[in-house]
Amino acid sequence: MIRSLPRSSAYDRAFVVFILLYFVFLFAPLLVTCVLAFNNSDFPSLPWRGFTLDWFFSDGPKRVGIFEDADNLRAIWVSFKTALWVSASCVVVGVCAAFLFEQENFKGKNFLYFLMLAPLVIPGVILGISILLGATTAGIYFEDHWNLDIELFRPSFWLVVVGQFSFITTFVTLVVSAKLRKFDHSLEEAALNLGATRLEVIWHITLRYLRSSIIGAGAVAFLMSFENFNTTLFLVGSQSTLPINLYLQVRDGSTPVINAISLLLIVGTSVLALTNLYFDRKEAS
Amino acid sequence: MKRSGLFWIFLAPVLIWLFLLIVLPHLDLLILSFRVGKSWSLGNYATFFTEPIYWLTFVRTALYSVITTLLTLVVSLPVAFYITKLSRPGVRGFLMVLLLLPFWVSELVRVYGWMILLRESGVINYFLLQLGLVERPIEMLYNDATMIMGLVYTSMLFMVVPLVSVMESLDDSLVEAAYDLGASKICIWRTIIIPHCKPGITSGSIVVFMLVLGNYLTPNLMGGKNSLWFTEQIYNQFIASFNWNQGAAFGFLLLALSSGIIWVGLRLSGQRLGEVAS
Repeated sequence: MIRSLPRSSAYDRAFVVFILLYFVFLFAPLLVTCVLAFNNSDFPSLPWRGFTLDWFFSDGPKRVGIFEDADNLRAIWVSFKTALWVSASCVVVGVCAAFLFEQENFKGKNFLYFLMLAPLVIPGVILGISILLGATTAGIYFEDHWNLDIELFRPSFWLVVVGQFSFITTFVTLVVSAKLRKFDHSLEEAALNLGATRLEVIWHITLRYLRSSIIGAGAVAFLMSFENFNTTLFLVGSQSTLPINLYLQVRDGSTPVINAISLLLIVGTSVLALTNLYFDRKEAS
Repeated sequence: MKRSGLFWIFLAPVLIWLFLLIVLPHLDLLILSFRVGKSWSLGNYATFFTEPIYWLTFVRTALYSVITTLLTLVVSLPVAFYITKLSRPGVRGFLMVLLLLPFWVSELVRVYGWMILLRESGVINYFLLQLGLVERPIEMLYNDATMIMGLVYTSMLFMVVPLVSVMESLDDSLVEAAYDLGASKICIWRTIIIPHCKPGITSGSIVVFMLVLGNYLTPNLMGGKNSLWFTEQIYNQFIASFNWNQGAAFGFLLLALSSGIIWVGLRLSGQRLGEVAS
């Protein structure tokens, strides 16, 4: 049954086969995507026609590799900029929220905490349309009353940033709060006794202590933003992010360039995730 | 108690975030869903209930989400059990990393991987033809079964992780005692393991259900012409027919359904949202 109990070898073997199949199921689509990025064929399918790097470096006219593909490169750049803005602002507000909920007491705290958790249970698509509607209503209001035409209220780069910020901040808040809860308050008290101001204590001691969790949460926020599709779908203007751009290409037929981009994404996210995990472990031990 | 200046520095951004970006937009969603043109009306909701295409999609989406959640649970239970109770301790960390890795990768890439595996000119069909198992390629994409498999695949992690963490806290000696007293495997699962894992099962199921219900990519790319998902109806109202009020009503219905199910799930298991979140 479990490790410490006698088991039949058939039971063990059946379980090992099941787990192997499960991992094949888990990795098959990713592996196939990566392998076919190097196939010397115009379609992402077998048979294998030899190894090529065309889908990375070829500059046309028949095959355009990802590093020469201006459209996809622009999308990657837009996603990168979005993710930078989103992770930076999520970290700032998330840390404020963590301090607010862990260290302060005030009326309506429970209600505010509940609101902070709400983005976890709102489907991304709904958040997207709500923010689109809210922004449009605000835009019309400003136009009617003050004759102001504000770019932010139309689907655009900044609206995407705002939309992603609205739910990713919740994750940052939860991660930083969890760490702050374990903080030893006697350190703060000691510093206060020695004449430090509250701000100095936070800057030199508490934030120092939180640094690893802030960096970790920032990395996760970056990834979540870079890969977000559901919320972004309704908020993009003329500058589409990479997931949106890829979606349009996949929907209308595919070329191995998509495999090449996918490979880069898989490698990039794995490296980021493993580094994050490595530092987590180091911290824990 | 006198408030320090810091309190307001912490409070201000949080209030701006929650009220401007969460409360107001959803109030706007609710208000707009009750408007047709310039006047108040229940017309948008009436359309939903009188046009079978809309409410049938809604019911099907809900039903398929429940099926997907159950299937995900059935697949994830033995995986979590193997990792926590059967694998050697040295291998466990490695297995966990292996399990987490694919889920860091964008959902789009994962769905795309399945598309090139399963489609008519796909990799699986190529091997089936080479082995002589089929005469001509079979289209495995664009049907409900494939779509459900895709949904299980994309949301599995959110079931496995909570299950692993509750199973880790299950004391092995309970299972050993039951075994010594002659309990059968089924009896041990039914009376010890499952009841112990209940909190993990609840939180996993809630998250998976919500993610599946609100999914757009997987049903859109892997489902057929007839397996329309409710999020696609919302998208169509917004982007294709520009009927934002109708779309708002649909959005609100979906939000009500997902919040309702989550509420029921929490009630049944006696948990609070904060506990599930952590």
